Amino acid sequence: MIPFNFDYFKPETLEEALKIYSSEWKLGKKVIYLSGGTEVITFARGGKMTFDSVIDLKGIPECTMLEMQGDDLVIGAAVTLNRLVESNHFPLLSKTVRTIADHTSRNKITIGGNLMSKLGYREGILPFLITDAIAVVYGPAGTEAMPVDNLAAAELAEGQFLTQVKVAASNLDLPFVSMKRTRSSKVGYPIVSLAALRKEGRIRIAFSGIHEHPFRSAVVEGILNDETIEDQQRIDKAIAKLPTNVTDDFIASKDFRKFVLNKLLTEMNAVWEGSR
Amino acid sequence: MIVSNTGKYTVVSLLVNGSSQDIMIRSADTLLCTLRNQLGLTGAKQACGNGDCGACTVLVDGKPMHSCLLLTMEALNSGITTIEGLRHSPVRQAFVDNWAIQCGYCTPGFIVNGHALVTEHPDAEDERIEEWLQSNLCRCTGYQEIKDAIKSALNANNLLDSNGIDTAEQ
Repeated sequence: MIPFNFDYFKPETLEEALKIYSSEWKLGKKVIYLSGGTEVITFARGGKMTFDSVIDLKGIPECTMLEMQGDDLVIGAAVTLNRLVESNHFPLLSKTVRTIADHTSRNKITIGGNLMSKLGYREGILPFLITDAIAVVYGPAGTEAMPVDNLAAAELAEGQFLTQVKVAASNLDLPFVSMKRTRSSKVGYPIVSLAALRKEGRIRIAFSGIHEHPFRSAVVEGILNDETIEDQQRIDKAIAKLPTNVTDDFIASKDFRKFVLNKLLTEMNAVWEGSR
Repeated sequence: MIVSNTGKYTVVSLLVNGSSQDIMIRSADTLLCTLRNQLGLTGAKQACGNGDCGACTVLVDGKPMHSCLLLTMEALNSGITTIEGLRHSPVRQAFVDNWAIQCGYCTPGFIVNGHALVTEHPDAEDERIEEWLQSNLCRCTGYQEIKDAIKSALNANNLLDSNGIDTAEQ
């Protein structure tokens, strides 16, 4: 049971959502946007989050669309993870999100909710980071497009919300690997999760579980693409260049995460070798 | 636009097991709370309250959902099916036939999820069955019998309609 009350709104347009946000905010209320809502409900129930007003984005067509528009795949922020898996427009994304939570939860969890999660894993962003996807946000300044990387690093401005992610059609069917290791069961937070693809002969790779936020590193990618050194040396060198503050918590120690990453990168190389 | 506010209870209409019911809820009420406390449908069980165990699983427009992670407000305009609406599901009978029950607390969630699986994927293979069943926990660990029950129901052809509504009850 959620131990406090709040107002609930379900607008049907972007403009209406923003208007509600502004009017509630002006009354001094704490307003949140809700997409899937699994995290919001869990946090609210556990006393980790409170709010006065909820704006549910699932009634807005821009947020629920999933279709090709010209040269882009347009994914609404309120599209559920299972819908992404079932439609399979973007196989790397399908495979990656299929490892998030459990099947029943994925009927509720949305890609927008995953990308904007307060938890650090946000594995749904990995395929977007390596395809230079564009995040579309709506707010007081209207519609804005930004590199999806910005969602990984920064908070949105007051009143802004994620409406869509766009991926170029040319990036949808590239050869890829998506790997995840958890502590014990198949359902769980990652010790390490990675998504990689090959484009124009080069590996692009992004990680979750290693650091406080999911990331793609030009330095790490540069090393993994350096064919002048042996595979294992390349992996060791890449791991040495990870961002500082590798996550060290109850799920896995810093050293164990690096060990698991080493194994996954070795497996990834074997997959690429096998496909040559 | 749907609105409900904090100042008072809101009267809403909910479509549960094929019948429309007017109820008074708080915006903050989860569907699990509403089903159990307002409608007396206690088949969906309160357990983890966190979406981890699947004991509270219901169908929303035919899709299995953790009702503890769904606001009642989010379920308006959808068809909700609880275990009470699946009295004649072949999955339920398969659980009886295969002794797929120990303490029984997790059973409604498993049957509801299993019913959705059998309806949506009548040709489901082991991998898909395991993927779906990972959403539910049985602390008595009777997983093999549960899996056997689901498999035995997969070929049954007397399923309910595509919304999971118990047509025999209508």
